[in-house]
Amino acid sequence: MNWLPVALLAVPLLGALLLVVAPNTVRPILPGFGLAVSGVTLAIAVALVVTFDYGRAAQPQFDTDHEWIPGLGIHFHLGIDGISLPLVALTALLTFLCFAYLSWRGGHAPGQLLHPRPGGARPRALVFTLLVLEVGMLGTFLALDLLLFFVFFEIVLIPMYFLIAIWGGAGRRSAAIKFILYTLLGSVVMLLGLLLIWSQTGTLDVLALGRAHGTGMSRAVQVLAFVAVGAGLAVKTPMWPLHTWLPDAHTEAPTVGSVLLAGVLLKMGTYGFARIAIPVLPEGAESVAPWLGAFAVVGIVYGALACLAQRDLKRMIAYSSVGHMGFVLLGFATLTTVGVNGALFANVAHGLITGLLFFLAGAVKERYHTADMRSLGGGMLATLPHLGSVLTFAAIASLGLPGLAGFWGEMLALLGAFQPGDGLPRGLFLTFMVIGGIGAVLTAAYFLVMLSRVTHGLPAAASLIPAVAGGRSHGPPASVAADRDALGVSGRLPAGGRTALPDIHGYELVAWVPLIVLILLLGLWPKLLLSLTTPAVQTLLGAIS
Amino acid sequence: MIQQIDYFVIAVPLVLAVVAGLMLLLDAFLPARPTTRISLGLVTLAGVLVSLGLVVAQAIRGGGALATFCVPHELAGALSVGAGTSGAAAPGGQGLCSFVVDQFTLVFAGLILVAAVVVVLLSMTELAGGRIPVGEWYFLLLCTLVGAVTLPASRDLIMLVVALELASLPVFALTGLKRYDGRSSEAAVKLFLVSVVSTAIMLFGVSLLYGVGGSVFLSRLAEVLSGKVTVPGGGGTGAYSSTPEISGGLPMVVTVGVVLVLAGFGFKIAAVPFHSWAADVYQGAPIPVAALLSVISKAAGFAGLILILVATLAGQASTWTPVVAIVAALTMTAGNLLAMRQRSAVRLLAWSSVAQSGYILAPLAVAAAGGATRAAGAGGGATGAAGAGGAGVGGALPVAGAVGASLAYLVIYAAMNLGAFAVVMLVSRAAPRNELDDYRGLAFRSPVAALALAFCLICLAGLPPGLAGLFAKVVVFREIVHGGAGWLAVVMAVNTVIGLYYYIVWTARLFTPDGAARGARRAPPATWIAVGLAVAVAVLFSVAPQLVLSMTSLSASG
Repeated sequence: MNWLPVALLAVPLLGALLLVVAPNTVRPILPGFGLAVSGVTLAIAVALVVTFDYGRAAQPQFDTDHEWIPGLGIHFHLGIDGISLPLVALTALLTFLCFAYLSWRGGHAPGQLLHPRPGGARPRALVFTLLVLEVGMLGTFLALDLLLFFVFFEIVLIPMYFLIAIWGGAGRRSAAIKFILYTLLGSVVMLLGLLLIWSQTGTLDVLALGRAHGTGMSRAVQVLAFVAVGAGLAVKTPMWPLHTWLPDAHTEAPTVGSVLLAGVLLKMGTYGFARIAIPVLPEGAESVAPWLGAFAVVGIVYGALACLAQRDLKRMIAYSSVGHMGFVLLGFATLTTVGVNGALFANVAHGLITGLLFFLAGAVKERYHTADMRSLGGGMLATLPHLGSVLTFAAIASLGLPGLAGFWGEMLALLGAFQPGDGLPRGLFLTFMVIGGIGAVLTAAYFLVMLSRVTHGLPAAASLIPAVAGGRSHGPPASVAADRDALGVSGRLPAGGRTALPDIHGYELVAWVPLIVLILLLGLWPKLLLSLTTPAVQTLLGAIS
Repeated sequence: MIQQIDYFVIAVPLVLAVVAGLMLLLDAFLPARPTTRISLGLVTLAGVLVSLGLVVAQAIRGGGALATFCVPHELAGALSVGAGTSGAAAPGGQGLCSFVVDQFTLVFAGLILVAAVVVVLLSMTELAGGRIPVGEWYFLLLCTLVGAVTLPASRDLIMLVVALELASLPVFALTGLKRYDGRSSEAAVKLFLVSVVSTAIMLFGVSLLYGVGGSVFLSRLAEVLSGKVTVPGGGGTGAYSSTPEISGGLPMVVTVGVVLVLAGFGFKIAAVPFHSWAADVYQGAPIPVAALLSVISKAAGFAGLILILVATLAGQASTWTPVVAIVAALTMTAGNLLAMRQRSAVRLLAWSSVAQSGYILAPLAVAAAGGATRAAGAGGGATGAAGAGGAGVGGALPVAGAVGASLAYLVIYAAMNLGAFAVVMLVSRAAPRNELDDYRGLAFRSPVAALALAFCLICLAGLPPGLAGLFAKVVVFREIVHGGAGWLAVVMAVNTVIGLYYYIVWTARLFTPDGAARGARRAPPATWIAVGLAVAVAVLFSVAPQLVLSMTSLSASG
């Protein structure tokens, strides 16, 4: 079964190559083609999940190790353990759902980008970009060689850049440039850190390095390498204050871009901490952990406060990612089994919930042609009951309601901070825990404010929206807002005026239901994931605890 | 004494020189017709391919380095009598040689000749216009090539200077051959002045080194300058009692010589502060000449620099390593910053190639540190003759470590930069001004050209899928981190990001829809072959970087 990881990478890659080599053969069946390729990938991922030996979750399984470039000592070394398995499955699932969203029933609905349009939607390029992106994302989670990890880490940059720069919103070009420059700066610094590890230890094998627990590197070297590697990962995660690329990229990216960015790309940063930074450099991690924790809680509070100030729905969700990733980083910073488990759980939960939230934000934007919360008015539960309900569900899952997936990760991260690893200042981490708790309250606050603005209340200015939506003209949202302000309270019309807006489409339901089910499942049965990560976490923390 | 010449060793420059002479004859006697233009190009191409075949033959022959133009053993011994030294006089079995074909030479010669194939193919398109005299063009091109392939094989100062001049001089004329073109003439004059000044400076430095070392042979000089052999001229330190001395009994004037030689080569590779000529010359010159300057002339310059620094001045590393490190950092920064603001494609490539020079230069800044750790493995290190590549031939230069990293970067850079120039040549047929805006929407007019250019640019930026560029950077980074020059690695990291900005903006332009309809002129097949060749090599290096790395003897253990 060792060929499964290779197949996981080969299928989307071959699919992408086929699009380049034989464009005319593929063109008529394009929507189905993307769906089929990502479906096969998902099937392989499911096969991995099924055949994974849960008794040995700490050991990497499906190990494939070939020498790739002897001159650089790079091995094509892939493997899966309890930490990477959920992320691989998440990646395959989200990519498949994105394709389902784009191409269900032939992709003819207006929100589906594969729909050919006079302006040139370039569906073939879109499918190609998404498939290459999938290769990079899956490879990052599979790689067990430092430089191979780096190569996959970099592969996602170019497709994501084009995803934002070609299919994005109005300010797409600067957002895309910001995204790629920021993340490249991070990854080059990370490369220096990885090379430092290599020059000190003489090996690139992540497993061997993890087993060595940092022997062969002095404390100073470990701290330096941890700062360099951590900085690169922190840009991607993103950690406050390196997050400034994220809101722009999310706001301008198309729906599928936002979903994959939040759902998977951010996880590559946090995964790097669990896979490389902490196990390979335990002493460095111990020295830097208080700083990491401090930045993490600042991120939690900052993200929450920034969300309270946002008017744009997509931007708000983007900032909420900063806060959620703060919890993940806080969990890592505790260097305890509980904390790291919490971090990994929060990681996956955030991928599911925020993926869903961005799908919803995209759906809202497509119906109202704006994501500005004031222009949206209230009363979505009345006008679009199904969409409003799903939005409510996703929002309360994200704010961490017990019983849904968002709760466990944050709770465990805070619990880890209550009793941090040996050698870490407990008083400081108790402070972090308190601040993190306040941040959790603020998180609840901004999501509830958002819900009260958007889903509750009476539908406002109904007369204007159908005219815009019905004609499918891309009128400037500013004028809509201005007109409505001019109408004032007296301008309200009966809610019936909004019936022209369509509620949830079939293709949206197909993409969302699996996410909703998984959020519920992980919320009610957290052991499903925790039993998988716990042995692996215990192994990787072997040197510290 | 009868000088024995091994013609197989010097066959590569010899073939090129013969074809160059043939070219003048053919041009004089063949009727001036369009078919003549093509046939002259084909003859040149054949000549380059034959010499490339000879390089391959020399490479697969194996069995260590070849040498010719040697001073016999007895005479070499007599030469060193003046030095009054111990038995370390003649390290190899053949004494001192002026022309050595070892791994270093072969890699450079192969690189230069493959690049030459692309340049000749581009020339065929350029010359099809009929405004440039064909015979002169190919003659000058071949003369440059003779110089460029001789230079890496040179192992004495005189040969080195002559080869460098032979590689440089014809390029002024090539630049100015586009007659009645103001920019072209300006470029030619600028290049001429810069080159002559740099040659003068370098000659002065070389003469100082000769004065101190008492020999023109690099391996002899290396022994003297590293203090293994006392300074010739009798009396050791006594002769220089009136001059200030540095430790080891060498006069201060050595430092002056080192700096002057460095400055001279700095001009050739367009390193800061001698970089300002690059953009104007590249823009004014015909595009094949710009490609030649950016790859072949640069490779020749680096070959000379490596020979002088690593093979000759290893003993003086404490003098030149900091200088090279600072120059490398400044070069990559200045090149990248200047490239960011360019609107013309060729000017952008000019500054980007300056920046890339900085990356190639960077590993040399830690050559001394790397050489020390590797000396045991390489068996004699940079100064010794009994390295892995040279089986007992005096002056053979082992390729490993820092030199290997520079060389690997140079080889990969050549492939991707030539690819970019070849596509620029294609576009210049339809848009003579060749501004970046002319590339808007190229993906819709000519998808293959756009994809080729996008690949080369992303390679230059060093991102996947351009894995060749990425691994080239990784090799250089590894060498710098290993050598302990952390600050240089950070400067280079920041520069990589700056560089990405302009490469990605250009790449994005290719895929941006363009309203204005542009006339699409069919490009001649020669350019397409050139594009195909360069991009195929770049793709090959991306899939199997091992090819380059094994060529340049980089091993995982370092």
